[in-house]
Amino acid sequence: MSDVAVRPAALRLHGIAKSFGATRALRGVSLEVAPGEVHALIGENGAGKSTLMKILSGAHAADAGTLELDGLPYQPEDPHDARMKGVAMIYQELNLALHLSAQENILLGAESAHGGWIDRRASRERAREVLAQLGHESLPLDRPAGSFSIANQQVIEIARALLTRPRVLIMDEPTSSLTQADTARLFEVIGRLRAQGVSIIYISHFLEECRSIADRYTVLKDGESVGTGRMADTDLARIVTLMTGRDVQDLYPRTAREHGETVLEVRELASDPRLRRASFRLRAGEIVGLAGLIGAGRTELVRTVFGLDERTAGAVAVLGREETDATPRARWAQGVGFLSEDRKEEGLMLSQSLADNITLTKHGDFGRWGWVDGGSQRAAAARWLERLQVKCRGASQRAGELSGGNQQKVALARLLEHPAKIFLLDEPTRGIDIGSKAQIYQLIGELAAQGKAVVVVSSYLPELLGLCDTIGVMCRGELVALRSRAEWTEASIIAAATGGAA
Amino acid sequence: MSSSFRQTLARIGPFLGLLVVIALFSIPAETREFFLTYHNFKTIFTQTVIVAIGALGMTMIIVSGGIDLSVGSSIALVSVVGAQLIQRGWGTVPTVLAIILSGGLLGLLNGAAIAGLRMTPFIITLGSLGVARGSAKWLADNQTVNYEASPINGWMTTEDPFSYALPEGVWVALVLAVATTVLLRNTVFGRHVFALGSNEATARLCGIPTRRLKVLVYALAGCFFGVAGLFQLSRLRQGDPTVAIGLELDIIASVIIGGASLSGGVGTVLGSMIGALIMAVLRNGSQQMGWPTYFQEIIIGLVIIVAVFVDRLRQGRQT
Repeated sequence: MSDVAVRPAALRLHGIAKSFGATRALRGVSLEVAPGEVHALIGENGAGKSTLMKILSGAHAADAGTLELDGLPYQPEDPHDARMKGVAMIYQELNLALHLSAQENILLGAESAHGGWIDRRASRERAREVLAQLGHESLPLDRPAGSFSIANQQVIEIARALLTRPRVLIMDEPTSSLTQADTARLFEVIGRLRAQGVSIIYISHFLEECRSIADRYTVLKDGESVGTGRMADTDLARIVTLMTGRDVQDLYPRTAREHGETVLEVRELASDPRLRRASFRLRAGEIVGLAGLIGAGRTELVRTVFGLDERTAGAVAVLGREETDATPRARWAQGVGFLSEDRKEEGLMLSQSLADNITLTKHGDFGRWGWVDGGSQRAAAARWLERLQVKCRGASQRAGELSGGNQQKVALARLLEHPAKIFLLDEPTRGIDIGSKAQIYQLIGELAAQGKAVVVVSSYLPELLGLCDTIGVMCRGELVALRSRAEWTEASIIAAATGGAA
Repeated sequence: MSSSFRQTLARIGPFLGLLVVIALFSIPAETREFFLTYHNFKTIFTQTVIVAIGALGMTMIIVSGGIDLSVGSSIALVSVVGAQLIQRGWGTVPTVLAIILSGGLLGLLNGAAIAGLRMTPFIITLGSLGVARGSAKWLADNQTVNYEASPINGWMTTEDPFSYALPEGVWVALVLAVATTVLLRNTVFGRHVFALGSNEATARLCGIPTRRLKVLVYALAGCFFGVAGLFQLSRLRQGDPTVAIGLELDIIASVIIGGASLSGGVGTVLGSMIGALIMAVLRNGSQQMGWPTYFQEIIIGLVIIVAVFVDRLRQGRQT
């Protein structure tokens, strides 16, 4: 048997809880990582992984529970303090100053200096030393960081983290933007660090990857640690069951729907670089769900269909008609509506009124000769505000003053007011309260019952399984499987999305 | 504070500022008697015309999320063009149209460069600031362009300086201000300008032709700058290629004092007009107090900072 459990833990968490307002992000997480162990932290989007990592790296403080580092209480005040105490973090998004040299990046904030003057020779030696630790001693130190490949930028980032000789290194989705060859090189680096006694917490969606690099795993679900064990003793199906085992609540409408004619046909569609190939058909009265990991190309697929991202190959036919260059303007004219996943940055004009937001696609319809009649515009908006039970003071209120759930209803109202026949909804319930979610599910169900066609992109599997008639799964830019809902389970969707057998 | 009270305050904020500034110069005994007279305000209104008309175009541009630094140079260039056309014997109507359209053409070029090259308006118009100023000097052969007489010369004064009538320039500014208010508030074009400035991504998503709209905004604003140039010519009675240096800053300051946001989507014509008046009153009052010009510059500079700071406090509380 293993000696891993016998050695004292480098990091031990017990009963960690954290709430944000009414949301309980973590309800009781326990985690033990031995020195020189690679520990995979696994869970769906929203399971609480990032909150846990923020607590470990000092960005948030836990509400309850204990943290120990090398047997001593560990309470980081902020990320810098955490780093000084021996816990370093590599974020999914690289944090490099791309104009500075590799060396400057590695030593950023920890330069060797005397009275404000940088000691270039000492700095260079220290940079070389950490790079050697990673097996990359030949990396050219004077080139700007931006000129390196993503993989080498990641090496620079890891080198920077190693400068403070961390006991624990946390890596959040480190391979999400790496090629397979680069992933293999990263694993080599991780292997070296493990041999040097560094503990690594490895967060990834890709279960196969976790299996090949991690010694042990912990599964998080709904803010709790639901299982832990040795990777070698556990098969992936068991982990998937741990991740998903939840019952679908009665949130989802089962309206009577009849599928009519094909209204949208997508053939071999591609958009460089994220969307590689996708084909599907959408019929009137049908709800098609798109599942997949973040970055799998789901958002790019609907954006390309709508003409927001550039099509590099393939074809889209709306109501049987194919255009070579579709623009959002042309799509709206065809009755296609799009709901952005990012309502603050793209979906809404926060500084403008609800009426302007809801009617933006058809201002010209509220008057003649370029005139906009504010009264009828507000009346039209008010109808939807009431129908969707948006909590607001009226159609003249500014969108930025509403809560997230109400903002989302306003964004949806634009599609209803237009009115759209084909709804492309990207993460329609992201970050909103459960009450608003239920209302939006209800609305989507009614739309389909009226013969509208809906595409829903979502990272929340129960939602897709509860709502959709057909579910397509995307993996690394391709739509790899498209089947009726009855043929899917959460486990099989995760398997398909993570590159396992569909 | 209740939010409706806050909104009322937001609307009347610049107006209160104007009252404060007027009160400031009405209190000291040495200026009160002359400062608070109809004729002094006639002077102030006349002095505001050029900045106010420029601020109308600038309001459109700033609401759309852009900026135009080349206004002062454009005004100089079109006034030189106008003076040369009068020299060549063009009639009043063709000259006026030519001045306005050359302003529009300069704006069109700015807008086309911004939308076509996808560069920031700051850089493009910083460049055209130099280009337009240089062109004006080149065209005028580095001298003032003098002409004998033109009806244009009379539009910034009244025949009898002591009459109660206001010069044509003031009326034109007023009419344009009302027209621009309606344009921005009640037309598809105006609502789309707000949409563009508030969130360009949303505007694009909703099918608004954002690039074409940008070109249109700069071209139309350019026409306003052309009108401002016309009254510059009228006031100076000669084409001067070195006139209106730094005027863009006064114009931008008027719009900002009036409550517009440099990040776009927020701004009103009324606010900008009051902003322009605040600056004119400050200048006029300082002169009557006998303050040196450098002191006026310092005061106006501080007013801009205070106005925007107060505005930000207000914005910050609203969210």
